[in-house]
Amino acid sequence: MKKKFIGTFAMGITAASALIAVLAVVWILGTVGWYGASSISWEFLTQSPKEGMTGGGIFPCIVGTSILVLLMSVVGVPVGTVTAIYLSEYVDRSSIVAKWVRFAVNTLAGIPSIVFGLFGLGFFVRFGGGGLDAILHGGTLHWAQPNILWASLTMALLTLPVVIVSVEEALRNVPQELRSASLALGATRWETIWKVVLPNCTTGILTGVILAISRGAGEVAPILFTGVAYFLPNLPHGLDSQFMHMGYHVYVMATQSSDVEGTRGIQYATTFVLLALTFALNFSAVYLRAQLRKRSLQ
Amino acid sequence: MDTRKDIPEDLRRKFRPSDWIAAQSIRLVAVASLFTIFLILLFVVKEALPVFNGGAHRAAQLAAETKAAQSSSVADKSESYGDAPAVSSAPESYGDAAPSTSSALPASAAKDSYAPPSASLGSAPAASSPDDPYGTPSVASEAAATPAASEETKAPAPFRFLDLFSFHWDPVSTEAPSFGIWPLILGSLKVTLVALLFAAPIGILAALYTTTFAPKWAREILKPVIEILAGIPSVVVGFFALMILASLLQTVFGLEYRLNSIVGGLGLALCVIPIVYTLSEDAINAVPKYLTEGSLALGATKWETNFLVVLPAATPGIFAALLLGLGRAFGETMIVLMATGNAALLDASLTNPVRTLSASIGAEMAEVVQGDLHYSVLFFLGMVLFAFSFALNAIAEFYVRERLMKRFKGM
Repeated sequence: MKKKFIGTFAMGITAASALIAVLAVVWILGTVGWYGASSISWEFLTQSPKEGMTGGGIFPCIVGTSILVLLMSVVGVPVGTVTAIYLSEYVDRSSIVAKWVRFAVNTLAGIPSIVFGLFGLGFFVRFGGGGLDAILHGGTLHWAQPNILWASLTMALLTLPVVIVSVEEALRNVPQELRSASLALGATRWETIWKVVLPNCTTGILTGVILAISRGAGEVAPILFTGVAYFLPNLPHGLDSQFMHMGYHVYVMATQSSDVEGTRGIQYATTFVLLALTFALNFSAVYLRAQLRKRSLQ
Repeated sequence: MDTRKDIPEDLRRKFRPSDWIAAQSIRLVAVASLFTIFLILLFVVKEALPVFNGGAHRAAQLAAETKAAQSSSVADKSESYGDAPAVSSAPESYGDAAPSTSSALPASAAKDSYAPPSASLGSAPAASSPDDPYGTPSVASEAAATPAASEETKAPAPFRFLDLFSFHWDPVSTEAPSFGIWPLILGSLKVTLVALLFAAPIGILAALYTTTFAPKWAREILKPVIEILAGIPSVVVGFFALMILASLLQTVFGLEYRLNSIVGGLGLALCVIPIVYTLSEDAINAVPKYLTEGSLALGATKWETNFLVVLPAATPGIFAALLLGLGRAFGETMIVLMATGNAALLDASLTNPVRTLSASIGAEMAEVVQGDLHYSVLFFLGMVLFAFSFALNAIAEFYVRERLMKRFKGM
């Protein structure tokens, strides 16, 4: 009797812990959804901020975020994919090299995002941009300033582990028989990868891209001093211009705007849009991955 | 090699240049992409270098000061949108109707912390615009004061590396800036402690529930929902903590400060739970089935098996999960920047505002002159964060994995 009671209690606390985690998710989503949905409108999505940031919409933020993740993917995804191919196809899984490379990927994934921001400032803006200025502009300040290019490159580094891990998983799901058959027919290793392995894991690569974009759209710390701006009258017109960002918009509006109370609606609505975007991305990644697993089981 | 001789010449594996080139370029890209870790370390250290030798930095600082004086208009522009450095010692409170915090630090907090001489302690100068309740005015006054002060009227004592380990963090003081990082480290530790206190039990027990007790339908709901939690951007969690958690805690417990280390820690816990959960779940799943079966066969009940056999067997993996969660909490920026109040106090109370290492970087970097001493000190803070996360990863990776392997082999 007593034993049974303890058993129920023990199971109860584990179930309660799980419930707390679920409730936290529901609470966050519910709050943001409740307050955000009420102040969102078509104008909000398509207009620039007005009246000293207390009115209007977040169109420049949406554009800025989109350009950022686009540039980031263009740089980060090929590099991450190639690294994953190296890890999965060229290195023996149990070798010393593989062990160290895996350690490097994990470490890269564990570095705080603000340190990526520092690196972006020190390497891309000051070193890279400074170098470009010295060559192209004779030392006048042009590239050695925060801009969308440097922010995207910083973000690409940050999302590199995400791409590597998910592409590697996809490569692992390609049956070994396919590779053996291709090699037995006389194809070289590279031909096998390019014509047999990669076409069979496009879904996996797509998953990696989507996860990376969702991560990149939500992170603010790395772009704080590599290119984001509070307010810009114009949309970004080149790689050397600054940009507005939804996450940063939430941060400044909630903490440093001139009228924190009066812009609650804007803050919640921006959070809502950001959350909706990352969710749409995450869900499609989860769906694709489920498809992938299903197929590899067959 | 002997067998190769038997193969006819035209069937032997040939050297193909295209294949070789592909392999080499793939290796090159892979190595380069992983080499970035060293690059990150290199450049963070490079920018932090003046901290280690005070002599070199003096010249840089003088150059920077003249530059700042020349381009004071630029400096004004860049400082006009941020208020963080000036309020580094006064708690920020952006929330709805915070009663006490926006005016001045009450005497109690001023007593057990340090009292910096800067204008940020409530005594807002006349230059302040009346519609601004957050202490931004002091920035305006300091921005105006900086160019004037930089004309060699002051000759501060040369900075030594050991000054970093003093107990005051007041980098924007005009007469004697001090860069003691202990308050920041203590702040980071306090927030991390609170986060783990909540996240560790919830994450581990939820993982145990999912893998052992839960019926199939609950498992299928739980995993994706907690994955959703992992996908929520940290700035959204920070916003939630700032808006909802802070007000709730203040009303329920009657706290003096709306934003404090508990609010920040709770926000961080929301970020850490998915990490602890996912990795613990992997660890628990990796426990060999024969342990469970053996325990049940010996007559143990289900909960005895799960708590006394499965959980202990998974300890190394769970320990690794906690380490990685710890690293995440220690380095997370946006949540603490928004929800902890950002006052660099040196005290043990969890209900006081805190300023963490990462939040200092995030809040102050936009305001400093590049190449300045303050700039280098912020990179030094980044170095500390890097070293910390690197060490945690190394322990989790090598020490814990080895032990895990040994344990399961020995069984």
